Amino acid sequence: MKVVTVSGPPSSGKTAVILKAAQALRDDGLKIGVVKLDCLATHDDVAYEKAGMEVKVGLSGNLCPDHFFISNIEECVEWGQRKNLDFLISESAGLCNRCSPHIKGVKAVCVIDNLMGINTPQKIGPMLKLADIVVISKGDIVSQAEREVFAFKVRQVNPKGLIFHINGITGQGAYELSRLFMETPELVSLNGKQLRFSMPAALCSYCLGERRIGKDFQMGNVRKIHFV
Amino acid sequence: MMSKDNYQELSLEELLQNYSYAADFFTAMLLPLQPINLTLKEYFNMLESELLEDLGMDRNELAERFELFMAHMQEVQKAAPFAVNNITIVGGRDKNGLAENITLNMKTGEIICIVGPTGSGKSRLLADIEWMAQGDTPTGRKILINGQIPPREWRFSLEHKLVAQLSQNMNFVVDMTAYEFVKMHAESRMSSSPELKARFIVEQANLLAGEEFFTDTPVTALSGGQSRALMIADTAFLSTSPIVLIDEIENAGIDRQRALKLLIKEEKIVLIATHDPILALMGHKRIVIKNGGINNIINGSIKEQANLSDLERIDRKMLGLRNMIRRGERIDFNVQSYFQE
Repeated sequence: MKVVTVSGPPSSGKTAVILKAAQALRDDGLKIGVVKLDCLATHDDVAYEKAGMEVKVGLSGNLCPDHFFISNIEECVEWGQRKNLDFLISESAGLCNRCSPHIKGVKAVCVIDNLMGINTPQKIGPMLKLADIVVISKGDIVSQAEREVFAFKVRQVNPKGLIFHINGITGQGAYELSRLFMETPELVSLNGKQLRFSMPAALCSYCLGERRIGKDFQMGNVRKIHFV
Repeated sequence: MMSKDNYQELSLEELLQNYSYAADFFTAMLLPLQPINLTLKEYFNMLESELLEDLGMDRNELAERFELFMAHMQEVQKAAPFAVNNITIVGGRDKNGLAENITLNMKTGEIICIVGPTGSGKSRLLADIEWMAQGDTPTGRKILINGQIPPREWRFSLEHKLVAQLSQNMNFVVDMTAYEFVKMHAESRMSSSPELKARFIVEQANLLAGEEFFTDTPVTALSGGQSRALMIADTAFLSTSPIVLIDEIENAGIDRQRALKLLIKEEKIVLIATHDPILALMGHKRIVIKNGGINNIINGSIKEQANLSDLERIDRKMLGLRNMIRRGERIDFNVQSYFQE
């Protein structure tokens, strides 16, 4: 089984991109499954099921979705193996724009869209900056000039990754993305694999359920804004 | 591809003096550009681990990315303009596996129309061109550039993107004035004088637009015609893509003929996806797409050219009526004889 992790800010077009790329893989006779990780709710499982894919939903609820992801990814892979999948794609939203659980040795895709504004690539952390493939969507509704400037800004923050434009509506570019997915090596097990970067350090009193406001109640990993 | 320049021993100050664009790396990575007297090597070494943790990278990775960044920027600056004279589509097969049996050569300065119903395979044809397919897509088509198989890495190079697209559905979304935005685009091309370029492009766009707009007009406030005009002028002068695809463009508020002339003058191959008879007849050739394949290639004929001038006359008459409406006039005269004048 091959594994690809897809992440990206909410509403950037992750599901549309996965659906189109998976279609091309299915046309090759491959069995595809998707693990959709979200916070509170999702309806995308219906779309995946309709497209004839195996789908499993994981909702993180009040946990940090990225911590949730990494605590569950091993079981997700085992699920995929039990289902005899040829391809397992995980979809998760990088909610704080910093991380997304890219794993060393597992192809990592970040989906962002042209409508986010040309300064956004700078503001997105390792999720974008360390992705192997950056997919830029919604190019069909902005000008060529904006597409070019946006892609240039992405290149500046991620000089290493492949940058791809995909039209999530017509699917233009998705077949080509699926060929890149195919180049992923087979994954036997996640045992011993590592995250590409550490998760955000977030163990303060509020993580543990504190609700009161004020210095006296802040413990653990607390960072303050500097006021001059 | 890795640059031979050794940046490690330069102080940040020297680095910025020699390579002003290096500053963008620090901005992109949200790193402070100080202390300015440290060498790059010292700088990377002194970065606090907390900062690196925010970035999600270690020192080596950051240094490696800096090298890649510099190499990439130098590639853009060389702007070894993507010199394309012609692009060849070597036919593959349609959805039923029927051979296309064509070899289509497209030269710079040519206008080629693509016709066929929605879903017939226009997107696939464009995707084949953009991907520089080598028999490795569902159609089995091959794309040659200047008669040669292009290097595979061009597929992922922003400087070697074959197709610039322009369609009726596209709008500007950035909060910038026309001048600011075009200047920014020129800067991303490492243009030597982005200010002049931006003024020039706004000027050129105004030659295409029905109504004048200004350098300080926000791009989001441009009318449909003005936006189209700016997009075309910008693409003509700033895009490195040799092919410009125009997807159905209305005749309102923009001089289409002039726009096409401008693109041809700038050595573009112009593809137009259209069912508008005037645009279709303006093309030197028409590609007919059916069932996922290129079904036919129609060459322009003398008969069609003669009809084109008739159609254009009618079109000018329609434009005249449109302008009357814009000026608040009535259309209560004999329209039939107006069209025969």
